[in-house]
Amino acid sequence: MFTIIRSGMLTTIQDLGRHGYQQYGVSVSGAMDTFAHRIANLLVGNDEQQATLEMTLIGPAILFEEDTFISICGADLSPTIDNEPLPLWRPIFVRKGSKLSFGFCKNGCRSYLAIAGGIHVAKVMGSRSTFLKARIGGIQGRAVQSGDQLSSYSPSPYITKLIERFTCMTMKNYLPLKWHIAYECIPHFNKKRIVFIMKGKHFSQFTRDSQEQLFTKPFTISMNSDRMSYRLKGTPLSLAAPKEYLSEPVTFGSIQVPTNGRPILLMADHQTTDNYPRIGEVASVDLPLIAQLKPGDVLSFQEISVQQAQRLLLEREAMIGALKQGIKLALKRAGN
Amino acid sequence: MTYSIYPLGDQALTIELESELHVAQWQKLHQLTQTLENLKPDWLIEYIPAMPTLTIVYNPLIVQKQYGAKRSPYEIVCEEINILFKQTPPHTMKKVKQIDIPVCYGGQLGPDLLDVAQYTKLTPKEVIQFHSERTYTVYMIGCAPGFPYLGELNQKLHIPRRTSPRLFVPAGSVGIGGEQTGVYPLDSPGDWQIIGQTPLTLFLKNAEPPSLLKSGDQIRFVPISEAEYATLRNKEG
Repeated sequence: MFTIIRSGMLTTIQDLGRHGYQQYGVSVSGAMDTFAHRIANLLVGNDEQQATLEMTLIGPAILFEEDTFISICGADLSPTIDNEPLPLWRPIFVRKGSKLSFGFCKNGCRSYLAIAGGIHVAKVMGSRSTFLKARIGGIQGRAVQSGDQLSSYSPSPYITKLIERFTCMTMKNYLPLKWHIAYECIPHFNKKRIVFIMKGKHFSQFTRDSQEQLFTKPFTISMNSDRMSYRLKGTPLSLAAPKEYLSEPVTFGSIQVPTNGRPILLMADHQTTDNYPRIGEVASVDLPLIAQLKPGDVLSFQEISVQQAQRLLLEREAMIGALKQGIKLALKRAGN
Repeated sequence: MTYSIYPLGDQALTIELESELHVAQWQKLHQLTQTLENLKPDWLIEYIPAMPTLTIVYNPLIVQKQYGAKRSPYEIVCEEINILFKQTPPHTMKKVKQIDIPVCYGGQLGPDLLDVAQYTKLTPKEVIQFHSERTYTVYMIGCAPGFPYLGELNQKLHIPRRTSPRLFVPAGSVGIGGEQTGVYPLDSPGDWQIIGQTPLTLFLKNAEPPSLLKSGDQIRFVPISEAEYATLRNKEG
């Protein structure tokens, strides 16, 4: 059991999304940064698709009412217990009665808190993800509020053993394990903040200038950005000849351009279909980077083919697979 | 039949018919969803039928595991789709589902009916008649949970959207926006002209499937009285 003392700016329960219902108009939702979400789960012995708390810019304060293991991955929102800073990307033992608080955002935008066993809420259409717009999933379809009491499922047997061992072994309110995810394994932006995108269906219907500007000019994330979409500011893009399109499915990472020429980058809670022309789609490997951008941040686009994007995605998956094995071994060893 | 396939990012692709409004071809595209439903290939995550397209969401990792890494998952899924298309029999169209949507037009439930009548220079009775006399095909469900994109509305009823959108339009509201008609599945803000309300629930998150309508269905709006509306409304709970 744990209690939310302070909700933070926008804290929602998310998993890897609601699949199979887009044909009924239901958005996929799920963690914006799936890499951080998946690793956070793995670090406490959970399956990747268990629910975590997605915390945005200003994190919550949480009181733990039982001994457990947690991990915090993604943005650094200055987590502390007893005013001592907690490390990211590693398993941390937390004793009953400890209060976890988050402070200011040092970098990134979204942080994921995984709790051993995964957060206990009912699945709606196969997922625990909160879809705010339609009030589906999570806690009655809403963001987490102060006073919410939440519980977790039973942790894996080797984690239960680990919790028992740490309960006896230490007097401290918390204790991180000595190892963590290597910096090189975590997706990071290069200096120029370049994001790989594939040309979209309507790319060739934009003016020559717009096609060139897409790959040469920087874009800024505007204030008007949320879990549904980011509005981008920059040189306006335009079609060679105005045209009305029929609505058709869009995806997480689609870059659509309305008539005002300001691109809209679709995110996890994106509508299932839309009728704006699409100039590009972000490569899946770069979506976790985009999820960590906040209003005011600048990014640039570079072209990549679908084949290259898929090769990078498969490499990323192979690395996560290796991490999964390594984490499991290390957790089992820590319990013995 | 001619179609093209193009990628939608690196985990989905869209099949598009070249002639967009040919119903027989569109039905064939829908049949492909039936074939996919029966075969349930491991790499298939979900499909989204629209008009005149079908989008397939797939898992590149599973494609690679099953077919090896010589070609990209995109190329492999494209080829699988081409094979399935050839195998899909042309004349086994399952019966189209017909659904009646009872609607109580006008009054408090359809606050814009009189405005629509005035704008279109019709009587309210004629608006109701033109709206309810034809059968509409559900092209797709999209934009919002359970929201149907419907086939052509009588031209006489085309009317601009409201200049100031309402902040609250109750679920079940039947409206006209531009050249389209539809039903609001959830309470939401909206700028369509509201001419009536159905007691039916279009979207129920705990039902399977959660949407009353699906792409390919045919619907009719059936005018009902306020008393009938109240009775049906109670039944729906």
